[in-house]
Amino acid sequence: MKNKLPYILFFILLTWHVIIYAQDRFPRPEFESEYTHPEQQLSSPRHPAWEYIDTGVLVIALVITTWLALKKRSRQGLVWMSLFSLAYFGFYRGGCICSVGSVQNVALALFNNGYSIPLSVLMFFIIPLVFALLYGRVFCAGVCPLGAIQELTGLRPIRLPANVEATLAMIPFVYLALAVLFASTNSQFIICRYDPFVGIFRLDAPYTMIIFGVLLLLVGIFINRPYCRYLCPYGVLLNICSRFAGRHLTITPAECTNCRLCEEACPYDAIIPSDNGSSIENTSKSRKKFAIYFLMIPVLAAAGALTVFMLSSQLAGVNSNVRLAKEIRLENETGIAAISNAAVAFKESGKTEDELFTDEINTINRYRKATLWAGIFLGLSLGIGLFSLTIRNGRTEYKPHQGKCFSCGRCFTYCPVKPKPESEYET
Amino acid sequence: MEKERNKYQNRRDFVRKAGKVILAAPLALIPVFLARKAKATGYVWQIDPFKCTQCGQCKTNCVRTPSAVKCVHAFEMCGYCDLCGGYLRQGVRTISTGAENQLCPTSAITRKFVEEPYFQYTINEDLCDACGKCVKGCRDFGNGSLYLQIKQDLCANCNECSIARSCPSDAVIRVPADSPYLEKDKIEIS
Repeated sequence: MKNKLPYILFFILLTWHVIIYAQDRFPRPEFESEYTHPEQQLSSPRHPAWEYIDTGVLVIALVITTWLALKKRSRQGLVWMSLFSLAYFGFYRGGCICSVGSVQNVALALFNNGYSIPLSVLMFFIIPLVFALLYGRVFCAGVCPLGAIQELTGLRPIRLPANVEATLAMIPFVYLALAVLFASTNSQFIICRYDPFVGIFRLDAPYTMIIFGVLLLLVGIFINRPYCRYLCPYGVLLNICSRFAGRHLTITPAECTNCRLCEEACPYDAIIPSDNGSSIENTSKSRKKFAIYFLMIPVLAAAGALTVFMLSSQLAGVNSNVRLAKEIRLENETGIAAISNAAVAFKESGKTEDELFTDEINTINRYRKATLWAGIFLGLSLGIGLFSLTIRNGRTEYKPHQGKCFSCGRCFTYCPVKPKPESEYET
Repeated sequence: MEKERNKYQNRRDFVRKAGKVILAAPLALIPVFLARKAKATGYVWQIDPFKCTQCGQCKTNCVRTPSAVKCVHAFEMCGYCDLCGGYLRQGVRTISTGAENQLCPTSAITRKFVEEPYFQYTINEDLCDACGKCVKGCRDFGNGSLYLQIKQDLCANCNECSIARSCPSDAVIRVPADSPYLEKDKIEIS
């Protein structure tokens, strides 16, 4: 064996040599004729300046939408704005400079050193949230192409029972938590993968994508904006920011007369009815409820953290490295060859199994940490949501629910109150 | 009653203002934190030819039909062989341009005589569907001068490339938009 070792080493060296110099198997010939090879035509991508134009269009569209919703109070204007955004961000840009998806880029950039976020993507993430913090969800009203396509097709709105609505409205929180979890661990961008309308914008996508989009639009004719209300993960962030908006779209241009005409106006169940201040009384029962639900918040957060943490190894299966490691381990244990594309490529790549398994352990550890936070987020949101039900505010007017309201302006025409003439404002 | 309502109004205003400040803090901090790493130019997707294993996913997994991936030819590396591993199927009886001899299923490679015994091979991009058969043939039996690249005028530049998601060898990577191609004859072996 010992005297064969040099030969084995020589053979290994030789194969190594062959791998490295494989490209020189047939040296480039020296042509006798005046041959020159044709130039390789490699087309360049869109000019980088376009990214800044997109950001500019976003800001201008947001400013105009804010003005239309808060000052001009024109539903017609908002519809035209939606049409523009649908045409520009949707059909022209192919739906792929998108605030909804930018959540994942931010998560990826925050937790991975290898990725630096493009400035325009960062802007697309931040600017609509800033507008929501100042003026409510104007982004949803007329700038988001996903919202616009649903707004324009929501022709026969009906209202869902409140309990169904409340249950479905929890899905976006889970979706957001999962999307950030998968993006921050560098596994997948699920929001982009399951974007329902990008296939319609491009008219060129896997047919499953288009079917999903068309189904959502068909449902959306009756249950308006199904994606925005029951799926959109960016909507969660807008919802939270919008609750604290100082200035927000109002149903009535002047003072509410409690005429109840707007009660049925909102297809999104986002109008908080007036109760003429009757629920202000503080009974001991409601105080007790208030205290109990307040104390429930940390309990729910802990429970959420524990639940999602227990799922961490299953969730880690979304990562391709973890999946591959599982497959290779199975091959080692059972002796049945792993035949998936990834396994074949792994065997060709020359990466060792130890490296793969270390990668797997690192990824699973990251998932453990991330699932804990995702669970805390989910538990906290549920806890705070339940807690907020116990707070009773006396209301003497009909107001939009700032978290749920998309500022679509459907309620404007229902209000019979005329705006005060200019002169009265000055006094 | 008026006073009562005022009290509530003030409290609500206070909660709103406090919440605003609490939410504004991370909104301001995220850009500051990320600005250190933010890039003025964006990214585009590209295939690292040295990692590519020609599994054929590029043909089927692109959101575009046909795929935005095309085969390109590094002429600098080509050996101009008569018996071309990328052009001819293995074990052909005669070396000719007959359809039965061609490896490319769409006949996207044209063979042109240069001088004895050399031939030039060029890719007809309109016909290429990125199956990678010629790339594998050229890599196994030739110099590896044929390789796959994402054509940036065809690419929709999705936020997450759907080929990258299914690429078994992690060959589809983000590259800066100002140098959008990884040309095999120009880049260093990483």
